[in-house]
Amino acid sequence: MSLLEVKDLSKRFGGVVAVDSCSLTVPAGTITGLIGPNGSGKTTVFNLVTGFIAPDGGEVHFKARSIAGMGPDRIYALGIGRTFQLARIFPRLTALENMLVPVRRAGLKALLSRGAWGHEKERAMEMLAFMDISQVAGTLGGALSYGQRKLLELAAVMMAGPELVLLDEPAGGVNPALLERIAERIRELNRQGTTFLLVEHNMGFVMNLCHEVVVLHQGRAIAKGNPREVRENPAVLDAYLGT
Amino acid sequence: MTLVLEAAVLGILTGGVYALMASGLTLIFGVMRIINVGHGALVVLGAYLSFALFRSLHMDPFLSLVVTMPAMFALGVVLQLVFIRPLKTDREALSVLVTYALALGIEGVLGYVFTTNFVELRAWYETASFAVFGFHITWVYVFGFVLCLTILGALFLMLYRTSFGGAIRATMLNRTAAQLIGVDVDRVAAIAFGIGVATAAAGGVVFGITNAFNPGSHYDLISRLLTIIVLGGLGSLRGAVIAALIMLVSEDITQVLISPVWANFVFFVILVAILIVRPQGLYGVRVRDRI
Amino acid sequence: MSGTPTIAIRAGRLAALKGLGLVLVGILALILPLIAPDPATTGMAVFTVMYVGLASAWNIMGGYTGYISLGHAAFFGFGAYSFGLLLNHLNVAPGYLPFVLVPVAGLLTAVLAVGIGWVALRTRAATFVIVTIAFMFMLQLLGENLVKLTGGGAGLALPYSHDWGGGFFNVPYYYAMLVLAVLALVISWSIRRSKFGLGLLAIRDDEDKALAVGVPTRSFKLTAFVISAVLVGMIGAVYGYYVTYLYPQFAFDPLIGISMVLMAFLGGLGTVSGPVIGALLLEPAQMEFAYRFGASRLYLVFYSAVFLIVILLLPRGIVPSVADLVHRWRRGAAGPTTTARGSREAVKAASP
Repeated sequence: MSLLEVKDLSKRFGGVVAVDSCSLTVPAGTITGLIGPNGSGKTTVFNLVTGFIAPDGGEVHFKARSIAGMGPDRIYALGIGRTFQLARIFPRLTALENMLVPVRRAGLKALLSRGAWGHEKERAMEMLAFMDISQVAGTLGGALSYGQRKLLELAAVMMAGPELVLLDEPAGGVNPALLERIAERIRELNRQGTTFLLVEHNMGFVMNLCHEVVVLHQGRAIAKGNPREVRENPAVLDAYLGT
Repeated sequence: MTLVLEAAVLGILTGGVYALMASGLTLIFGVMRIINVGHGALVVLGAYLSFALFRSLHMDPFLSLVVTMPAMFALGVVLQLVFIRPLKTDREALSVLVTYALALGIEGVLGYVFTTNFVELRAWYETASFAVFGFHITWVYVFGFVLCLTILGALFLMLYRTSFGGAIRATMLNRTAAQLIGVDVDRVAAIAFGIGVATAAAGGVVFGITNAFNPGSHYDLISRLLTIIVLGGLGSLRGAVIAALIMLVSEDITQVLISPVWANFVFFVILVAILIVRPQGLYGVRVRDRI
Repeated sequence: MSGTPTIAIRAGRLAALKGLGLVLVGILALILPLIAPDPATTGMAVFTVMYVGLASAWNIMGGYTGYISLGHAAFFGFGAYSFGLLLNHLNVAPGYLPFVLVPVAGLLTAVLAVGIGWVALRTRAATFVIVTIAFMFMLQLLGENLVKLTGGGAGLALPYSHDWGGGFFNVPYYYAMLVLAVLALVISWSIRRSKFGLGLLAIRDDEDKALAVGVPTRSFKLTAFVISAVLVGMIGAVYGYYVTYLYPQFAFDPLIGISMVLMAFLGGLGTVSGPVIGALLLEPAQMEFAYRFGASRLYLVFYSAVFLIVILLLPRGIVPSVADLVHRWRRGAAGPTTTARGSREAVKAASP
């Protein structure tokens, strides 16, 4: 069952065609990689799927429901979370507070009731412990190291239990030790039921972690399959080496 | 009908003044991303400086620009260095408060020196007019309009034909990228602010000739200028000019067709309409901070 | 760790001290008219408490969300005028009865706030400031030009309570302002501790990121805006009743709008106690200055100077800066052993 289905998605910025009739599917329960040379439209696809920009054409279906054109907050409420290329957290809030911001249900009771608050705080501390950063719970986001921010960002996104998480370059700017830790956490979360779609340039990371890989080139999906198939696909090599 | 035509012509002429003042304001926003809420006060300051020169030396207001524009340019640079540059965090919000504070300070000092009585800039030729299409246009309005066109023209020339202008535009488009290609953005900011304030001086002369003013006039002025740059799109000079013309012509026509009392209101009606239909203004860009 | 118990005890003591201080201030506020009944003091008290309420109310929007409204005077004036019109049209007798109708002015202000907010919040922070200024002037214009409704430049009279002679007159208004100020503080405090409040702070830090984690930014911002406006409107209503005669340029006075912002800034945006401290420090000084220099417009220079000094030297405001100092004093005074071990802990924590 495809959790996410993108069909003929298109977006242009002025004269530049960023995404050109792109189609891809993300099967539920998998970790899918989205790779491609620079400028192939990967982050734009992310922005289109998560509602930060509106598509010019095409469809996006999540759990068989059309989500194209919805705002980012509604999309998160439906169950799609995302991280950003440069890890974004709330600098003036503590790590714990960062964890408590995500909103899945914006009902009046949910926001004002103190009852669920304690429960949420417990979950937040568990999540922080899972990411091995519980000791910084009281530290302001702005004071965290970059690696801690990346972990915090992912932890916070997971708070509302999204079924699909889009990771924008999770391996970007991290040292090898942390990299392995991040990969392990993603694998564990996947085992617990979260589907991942990640954009990455670090091939080793992608090949080790992903079940499926989709290759974008000039805004279109030109290949898909498991990592080994994709690696040996001549069209992919062409795209990267640029004939 | 001639009444409407006259109103339209008047609107264009006064629109020129507001276009000039608004350009300075939107330039400052474009380069520094700050809203200079004190721009109206600076215009009034410019008007009072010319007034003082007229009172003591009987200098013609247009002539006084030779003195006031460089002086106000220097003032602008100093203000930017002392009050704006130190703002590191929360720039947009704090700069609004800082410039508002400066406006109050200017109002206070002007009130103390000149009292709150209304004054006007006079010129010996101010009643001379010529007839066209069955109504009269006073020469002062035309001089003012020509002045504004000239300065605006010079501004555009500077921005699009000189390398410094290129540096300004680069900073407006992408501050970091500009820094990376070697633009001294701090210097650009200070000078741009100075230019903005100098244009306020020019605007002040024309404003002072065509309106009675006192230190408190900056409130009305800034609310109009701000409305104009929102309509035009923050940071767009082209937008500021066109928006100024639209606003002033609409206002003058409303004044003639409906009533002077509601003419003021036209500004806000247009503002609300724009915000509902196209919040980024005519030439503004829909801003998503970072994606 | 040898230092920890000391820190914990200090924290406990600090909290107890805070609580005690709060109780003392509360008692002082309640009995003020009894211990200092002269009209000069009670008059100053009315305005000071008024600004405590205004600054706290403004802070709910400006401090928490970071959307600076420089046009809140619009709601202040609207509250005053709508209250006056309400009292006049219903022929309400002066005395204590009008106070009961203050919430109605609040409700009317809510309607206005939803309208203004819906339009104004279509823009981002920079334009928002401008739009709020524009709306304030628009309302002032309406106040001046809808002569049949508001009396225009000639002003609007409100019921005057004759039997509250001389020395006593200020007292009921003082308590009314006190009630509203406490209300504003309670609301501000509970918002701060709620998920809604966290959402607002998130919007302030990074609005797009807030959207990405599901914060419904439009409705959150509008809610904060309306709550803030309603409180300001009700305070305006009491103000109108207090001064008994309204003129557009004084009811919709940009200086009132800017004062509440300055006080919130001085005390510390986004904190609960900041606006209170800002108001307590600034309002008496402001009144004194206006009294001495009002005629010569030099008091504007005072505003200007204070504003500039605060923004340039204490950009975060008093409360956060003091909190920082206290925090550092507590950590530093815990002893050398703890500090060394503390830094080892910090290194371990920083390893990812």
